[in-house]
Amino acid sequence: MSRILVFANQQGTGLSSGAKEALAFGSRLASSTGGEVRSVTFGPFAEAGAKEAIASGASIAYTISNPLLTEYDVELFVNSIQTVFQQSGADILILSFDKMGKDLVGRLATRNCASAITEVVDFHTSNDKPTWIRPIYGDKAYGEYTTTRSKVVVGIRQKSQELAVIDEKAVGEIIPIDYSPSEEMIVTKLVVKIQSALSDIRLEDASIIVSGGRGVGGPEGFNDLQTLAKLLGGTLGASRAACDAGWVPSNLQVGQTGAVVAPDLYIAVGISGASQHLAGITNAKTVVAINTDPEAPIYKRANIGVVADYKTVIPALTEKLKKVLV
Amino acid sequence: MHIVVCLKQVIDPEITPKYFKIDPETNRPDKSDTDLVLDSFAENALELAIQLRDKIPGATVTALCLGDDESEEVLRRALAFTANAVVRVWDEEWENLDGQAVGHILAQTIKSLGGVQLVLTGYQASDIEEGLVGPVMAEELGIPCVTLVSDLEVEENSAKATVEVEGGYAVVSVPSPAVFTIISSETNVPRLPKVKDIRLARSKPIVLLESEDLNLDHERCQPGVKLERAYVLKKEVACEVLPGNDGAELASELADRLFALKVI
Ligand SMILES: Cc1cc2nc3c(=O)[nH]c(=O)nc-3n(C[C@H](O)[C@H](O)[C@H](O)COP(=O)(O)OP(=O)(O)OC[C@H]3O[C@@H](n4cnc5c(N)ncnc54)[C@H](O)[C@@H]3O)c2cc1C
Ligand SMILES: Nc1ncnc2c1ncn2[C@@H]1O[C@H](COP(=O)(O)O)[C@@H](O)[C@H]1O
Repeated sequence: MSRILVFANQQGTGLSSGAKEALAFGSRLASSTGGEVRSVTFGPFAEAGAKEAIASGASIAYTISNPLLTEYDVELFVNSIQTVFQQSGADILILSFDKMGKDLVGRLATRNCASAITEVVDFHTSNDKPTWIRPIYGDKAYGEYTTTRSKVVVGIRQKSQELAVIDEKAVGEIIPIDYSPSEEMIVTKLVVKIQSALSDIRLEDASIIVSGGRGVGGPEGFNDLQTLAKLLGGTLGASRAACDAGWVPSNLQVGQTGAVVAPDLYIAVGISGASQHLAGITNAKTVVAINTDPEAPIYKRANIGVVADYKTVIPALTEKLKKVLV
Repeated sequence: MHIVVCLKQVIDPEITPKYFKIDPETNRPDKSDTDLVLDSFAENALELAIQLRDKIPGATVTALCLGDDESEEVLRRALAFTANAVVRVWDEEWENLDGQAVGHILAQTIKSLGGVQLVLTGYQASDIEEGLVGPVMAEELGIPCVTLVSDLEVEENSAKATVEVEGGYAVVSVPSPAVFTIISSETNVPRLPKVKDIRLARSKPIVLLESEDLNLDHERCQPGVKLERAYVLKKEVACEVLPGNDGAELASELADRLFALKVI
């Protein structure tokens, strides 16, 4: 039997998407190991988060409602999670391996002499002991890992889990934890925050994405892709090669190290289809590839292939669609 | 000012999937068809380290690698980038370390090198992608860690880091010494080393440290995870290649297909 603690971080008053995934994963794990799930939420809205966590499967929801924990700070969060992890007596701590998780997992594991396993997408169990499954080598392979220490800190890959069914009637106990992190712990100070206004629709939420790679050849080509994306009511994406070249801002990057997207339509233009790029479009429904090289690996993922120079296809496509759509 | 950058050698992450195989005996990639290269985000970290050094009078860069003698190649590369010193740490017993153990050993190595102001790592190594070494080192050294950093500006006792956050960027300031895990950006694209520097790199010394040279905690050198099985998953989709003689025909065909599928 395992005792599982999930860090249920909030975005505003609701749980973050990562937290929902972590709870779903925790609940699934609990039912196959015969364990139970507890959660921890922070800040002035902690109680709302705790209720949502209970509806998502937690039997005990810890809260630390200290206002210092409203905004994310790595030191405050490490110390606060650490306090609850110890008090709960949990042996498995689950976090989303989102931007915050990338700060937290290694530090919490080290602090607890626990094993650490990141980018986990699944597990199987034998004798109630989990084996953790995660992609390795840029999503070219999968690895199955066991852990060697009595405690483990697990980071769940973003967008890898089906969300838990919400049961508003579920009962659970909310336990406030008496812990006050001190302001002196804060070492990272925010200087400025720049919200990027470059794309109107978040890549993660887009239902149509027109994405360009090195084959687009320069920033000018991206104007044509942008026109097509706009026409379709979609948004622009890019490969890392195009972002690194400075042709488009790096927040347009799709893939393992960029956005993980799940559109109904993904049009990959001049993108070869490296495994790290494909890792970002696993959940795309229809993938169209436009590429001059019929051997490009993107054709192993695409549903529809157009083997041609994009410069001859995109303007013609845009013209044709304009007639029908506008 | 002393800048340490941590470099890992990995099998080429850009290998064509068709040539990528896992040896079921060892659970490791079949090396016969692949090249070993410097981890890609670590290379961005190296580039950034050299750029910072060149802006700060008297600063030096030390590149560190935990790896067998084959991995000296990545240190030669660091020398060709004009790193001031390079150190390799290795012990025969370290075949199956995980990120946490590597973090402990590198942290102890950094302590043995004396003072350091900035420690730079890649944010996730391009083979196993654990994303642990940076934060683990910070915890071991008792210093702050900023992850997902695309640029750095160094001041007397602090550094300003540009970091990725939800929906944009932020600039944060931390007191140094601190650890920074680096992502690629248009400002840290690895340079093409000069031929002269590549030549000079061949004859420069590589310092070798072994476990007895470091003050290691035996427990922490044991991996916390064990790879039981690794396998390649073939995820192939049947692709319908559209017919057509020119762009206009293909575009027309594509538009029809998209309407038929009701995706637009
Ligand atoms: C650790 C790590 C993480 C990574 N993370 C990501 C990630 O998150 N996202 C990502 O995208 N990449 C990522 N990469 C990089 C990835 O491995 C590839 O290098 C990258 O995706 C290649 O980009 P590309 O397809 O645009 O370029 P290329 O591989 O150079 O492909 C360009 C393609 O364009 C085609 N082409 C050329 N001209 C034309 C034309 N006129 N018309 C049509 N087609 C044309 C060519 O045939 C070719 O197939 C990562 C790499 C590493 C090591
Ligand atoms: N064996 C190693 N030697 C030196 N640096 C390493 C080693 N392993 C990992 N690193 C550094 O830590 C970063 C993150 O690696 P990881 O935590 O393994 O994903 C890498 O990009 C390197 O900068």
